[in-house]
Amino acid sequence: MTSETDISARIEDGVRRRDFINIAAVSFAGVGAAAVVLPLVNQMNPSADVLAQSTTEIDISAIQSGQAIKTSWRKQPVFVRNLTPVEIAEAKKVPLSDLRDPQTIDERTKPGKENWLITLGVCTHLGCVPLGAAEGENRGDFGGYFCPCHGSHYDTAARIRKGPAPKNLVVPPYEFNSDTVVTIG
Amino acid sequence: MSFPWAKNYEPKQPLMKWLDEKLPLPRLVYNAIGAGYPVPRNLNYFWNFGVLAGAALVIQIVTGIVLAMHYAANAGVAFNSVEHIMRDVNAGWFIRYAHMNGASMFFIVVYLHIFRGLYYGSYKAPREMVWLLGVVIFLLMMATAFMGYVLPWGQMSFWGAQVITGFFSAIPVVGDPIRVWLLGGFAPDNAALNRFFSLHYLLPFVIAGVIILHIWALHIPGSNNPTGIEVKDEQDTVPFHPYYTAKDGVGVGVFLLLFVALTFFSPNLLGHADNYIAANPLSTPAHIVPEWYFWPFYAILRAFTFNFLWIDAKLWGVIAMFAAIALLFFLPWLDSSPVKSSNYRPLNRIFFWVLVVDVLILGYCGKSPAEQPYVLLSQLGAIYYFAHFLIILPIVSRIERPLPMPNSITEAVLSKHADDTSAATA
Repeated sequence: MTSETDISARIEDGVRRRDFINIAAVSFAGVGAAAVVLPLVNQMNPSADVLAQSTTEIDISAIQSGQAIKTSWRKQPVFVRNLTPVEIAEAKKVPLSDLRDPQTIDERTKPGKENWLITLGVCTHLGCVPLGAAEGENRGDFGGYFCPCHGSHYDTAARIRKGPAPKNLVVPPYEFNSDTVVTIG
Repeated sequence: MSFPWAKNYEPKQPLMKWLDEKLPLPRLVYNAIGAGYPVPRNLNYFWNFGVLAGAALVIQIVTGIVLAMHYAANAGVAFNSVEHIMRDVNAGWFIRYAHMNGASMFFIVVYLHIFRGLYYGSYKAPREMVWLLGVVIFLLMMATAFMGYVLPWGQMSFWGAQVITGFFSAIPVVGDPIRVWLLGGFAPDNAALNRFFSLHYLLPFVIAGVIILHIWALHIPGSNNPTGIEVKDEQDTVPFHPYYTAKDGVGVGVFLLLFVALTFFSPNLLGHADNYIAANPLSTPAHIVPEWYFWPFYAILRAFTFNFLWIDAKLWGVIAMFAAIALLFFLPWLDSSPVKSSNYRPLNRIFFWVLVVDVLILGYCGKSPAEQPYVLLSQLGAIYYFAHFLIILPIVSRIERPLPMPNSITEAVLSKHADDTSAATA
């Protein structure tokens, strides 16, 4: 008897067993559909073999003062530059308030090895490779790197000085294994 | 749908009668692009470009399916497989050049189609939905064209992919993870090339689907016309077939002539020589330029060279570029004038032509290197572009005094005819 009154009371509320079944069934299907989307979205992320190329060793013994080389890490270009004392002094001379992305050269190099400037060769604007690493290339108005795509100028510490790029060239994680070998990544 | 005087489909042959009962596909075609669709009698040749865009899509799909039979979407061999198509595959050079230039022809006719819609007010009520779907098609076309341009894996392909996916890294906080997710790596590589190929093959069919919706939405109010006056009765219209099938046929003929002239005599006119150099992730070409149909938007992207209101220049550029296209979605409500055709809008007509010149200047700046005077010119051009839609158009549509309009399409046609004959006899 009680259950019958319950049911009639519920019908008066406008809630039926079938409403509950509808909501439960549609919710269950919705959760299932959302669960299927996860792998479909996740497959777009870098695969294991792409992630596996995450460290690169570089021999820097042949780079003379004032020279730079281009190498690659995770399929992205990396600039390794042996700064001259003049270039280091120039970078130290700039007041931080003049910089769009304020960083000192010491923050961008390893202690005691501040002549070694290691950055990604990827312009922080839209990802072109800036010029200035190879001999004779345009080094821009500040003697560092110049991106030909949209005209960003970087200084001798690869800091952004002029043009549309918002950030300094990225310093990747790296360590000196010895005086002549660096591991990036 | 359609007007009450539209001709009714009446199959006579027993086979067609049988088919009409089971699957009325011929009836659908008859009512959509046959004698069953009444169209204003005064359409000029600017009304050809919808059909021409459809023809261009068909050419792209046919040549594209054939190219996919010979192309290999792998970063190691993609460039060489395109050279294999050009040198070894029978008639491969022709099919690839047709596909390459077909993309340009597609954009040419679509830009003229948009031009027509803007000049004659085809975006206005009751055709807002037609316009909105058109903008969706335009966006899909740009995505398809970009991904297609990446596939040959030349220098411009690679660096175009780098720059365009770089747009997403402008988004604060989540930008870089989104870019890595889109590329499936830290720079464009095999994963990106494969997914671009998959989507480049898919999107044209999505475009075809949206075109069906575009035409469906068009056929509810019926076509606009050069006077912008709505159809009032039967004498304002003629059946689509044979009148406009014939007129469109002339247009298709001219279109194909220009298309083959470009394909055979100057196939690389609109391309970039750098794309015949295989992709090199360690060296950016001195001057990265997108394909011509992106130039005006590329100029707007590069117009921002300074940080402004706590947002950096890069993000502003990307926002402005997307906003330039997104703005078109609001056009039907930014222009409140009840008069559609610019033939009767003396003030709007002037600003319309200024906008056309502005977009051409932006295009020229987008093609040019990022130096002065082009940077300043693209900044001024970008300001004018936004001012046109957001300031000038809303004001003009309120203060403008339209010219006197004829009462109907028929009256407009007959008075023009009378003028012509009196001029001839005079």
